[in-house]
Amino acid sequence: MTSVPMTQSSATESPDDRGSDGPYLQVEDLKVTFPTQDGPVTAVSGLTYSVEKGKTLGIVGESGSGKSVSSMAVMGLHDTKSAQISGSIRVGGTEVVGLSEAKMRGLRGNSMAMIFQDALAALHPFYKIGGQLEEAYLVHHSSASKRDARRKAIEMLDRVGIPQPDRRVDDFPHQFSGGMRQRAMIAMGLINDPSLLIADEPTTALDVTVQAQILDLLQDLQREFNSAVIIITHDLGVIAEMADDVLVMYAGRCVEYGTTKQILTAPEMPYTWGLLSSIPDVGASTDARLIPIPGNPPSLLRPPSGCSFHPRCVHSDKVPGDLCRTELPELVPASSGTAHLKRCHLADPVGVYTTEVLPEIAPELVEETR
Amino acid sequence: MFAYVVKRLISGVLVVTLVSMAIFLLFWYGPSSPAQPICDRETSNRCTQAKLAVYEKTLGYDNPVYEEYGKYVKGIFVGRTLTIASNDYECSAPCMGVSFRTKQPVKEELVSRIPATFSIAIGGAFLYLLFGVPIGVAAARRRGSVADKALVSSFLFISSVPYYLFALLTWLYLTITFEVPFFSDTGYFPITQDGPFKWFSGLFLAWVALGIFGCTQYTRFTRGAMVEALSEDYIRTAKAKGLPTRTIVYKHGLRAALVPVVTIFGIDFGTLLAGTIFTERIFEIQGIGWWSLEAVQGRDLPVVQATALFSAVVLIISNLLVDVVYSVLDPRVRLS
Repeated sequence: MTSVPMTQSSATESPDDRGSDGPYLQVEDLKVTFPTQDGPVTAVSGLTYSVEKGKTLGIVGESGSGKSVSSMAVMGLHDTKSAQISGSIRVGGTEVVGLSEAKMRGLRGNSMAMIFQDALAALHPFYKIGGQLEEAYLVHHSSASKRDARRKAIEMLDRVGIPQPDRRVDDFPHQFSGGMRQRAMIAMGLINDPSLLIADEPTTALDVTVQAQILDLLQDLQREFNSAVIIITHDLGVIAEMADDVLVMYAGRCVEYGTTKQILTAPEMPYTWGLLSSIPDVGASTDARLIPIPGNPPSLLRPPSGCSFHPRCVHSDKVPGDLCRTELPELVPASSGTAHLKRCHLADPVGVYTTEVLPEIAPELVEETR
Repeated sequence: MFAYVVKRLISGVLVVTLVSMAIFLLFWYGPSSPAQPICDRETSNRCTQAKLAVYEKTLGYDNPVYEEYGKYVKGIFVGRTLTIASNDYECSAPCMGVSFRTKQPVKEELVSRIPATFSIAIGGAFLYLLFGVPIGVAAARRRGSVADKALVSSFLFISSVPYYLFALLTWLYLTITFEVPFFSDTGYFPITQDGPFKWFSGLFLAWVALGIFGCTQYTRFTRGAMVEALSEDYIRTAKAKGLPTRTIVYKHGLRAALVPVVTIFGIDFGTLLAGTIFTERIFEIQGIGWWSLEAVQGRDLPVVQATALFSAVVLIISNLLVDVVYSVLDPRVRLS
């Protein structure tokens, strides 16, 4: 048998080497627009962020806030006929906006991979788990044999904790449990050792105990493969556990960006406060209240004027004049540090947060600070 | 799987039995005596009550219905001798009766007509799958484009035309108006007697009519199934793996889209095999469809009975095949 190295790499062309000095993924001023019959829908605009290898960026926001759309733009998964993408996305130093489909294909699943929520729908129902993993491996390792691919598939299934991987490799997706399917999905994403892994709500369809296992697995694998990870979620619990940095999105824009600690302990944007207020916490005192954000996410077809969040914002009366309604706030450094950015007109967000928001959501923290 | 097929075959036999009973009873308790057609025919429409009684007696219609049904079933397995008025007709197993018009055993004519109908059905289905499925896939990949819209609306127009009209116009234009060489002499010419060319040219126009009409339907089925498949999450996964477009469309998309198409095809094809009345009549092909039409017109009860039973058997078999193929195509379907 020929000894094909298992982690064969196309080192000469790999973008991983060239871009090793800066962050692995750099997104700048990304804008994604879908022309529709009712007019253009700008799903993402002015989005800028970066992720280094070994780091995890959490992207949070409600449905329709542009979390998935922006990540699919990174992967080049939008149909070029129906989505207009502008700005810059650099993956390992390679500009992928406007990159040819053939070159993009070489990156997808290879240097960057994506795992999706609801693995039952995301895996092909008619092909065996092993076959789907092998396919992902073979497409980027044209010289590898079917047998190598199968060995690699079994190895990856074993790595993500599938029991008896040499037997389960021949199962169909419907024969796996929900958690196992998500593990298989992760195995498929990581089979080519990508430097960037995007996990789109990887635990949403799973029950809570399995969620924790999957998150642990992702963390282990990140340490092992030292990849840059983007985790898309609406669950701040997942963020607290996984992310180094957090990007809060609302109506297609970044409204707050900072380290996880900054976002979770000193948020400065009313929308982030709203997200924090609406998480139930079993450890909290019984005085703590669960406060939903009033209203619904805005239509991206006719986004609100000024700050997109103003129609739902309970603090806009603290801003003088009609500023919230007329002018889109810039993304400016927040008071807690230069890396912390926020998009809000409030003059004293820290004051409002400590006097009004914190007592409502976590009274015990207020006691401590006094 | 094997156990499932056996189970289905047993239930199929049961259904065929019930169908045969139903057909038998329908004629038995029909508005006129089952002997009326033959009596009218033999006496040149001067069938008197006394003459009718003779036919009824010799055909056994004065016996209880279960007794005659028993004889009918027994005839299918071992054959029987039928008496009509004063003549005896030998009918060997499987005896499905003797035609009131030709006085020949129905089975012999049925067997002689099967090749014509099957030739039409197989050729027509081959053509419409050959063109319908790829055109449907191409349309689905370009969905929303001008070409797709033009194709879908024109195909919808063609398939809105009643098939008999479509086939008739095809025949009129191609044989009378344009006199297409070689193919204008339509009909069924057995390949063993007249050679493959005559066979082919005789059936060609029928295939074209059936093929074009079926193609418009299968293009729409395939397009619909394909559009749905291509919007599935697993297609996005396939794309995210970096697979080439061909692999995504065919291996992942078409593979899934084929399941509903195959299901529809199984039923459709079964119907075709049971007799293509319009196609056979218009293109003058002596198949089962035309035969059953003539039998109905001539009140030839044994033939009507036989063709109805034949359709039932063919449809039951094609349904069984669809289910088996379905379980092969979709691993989630467990046959048990």
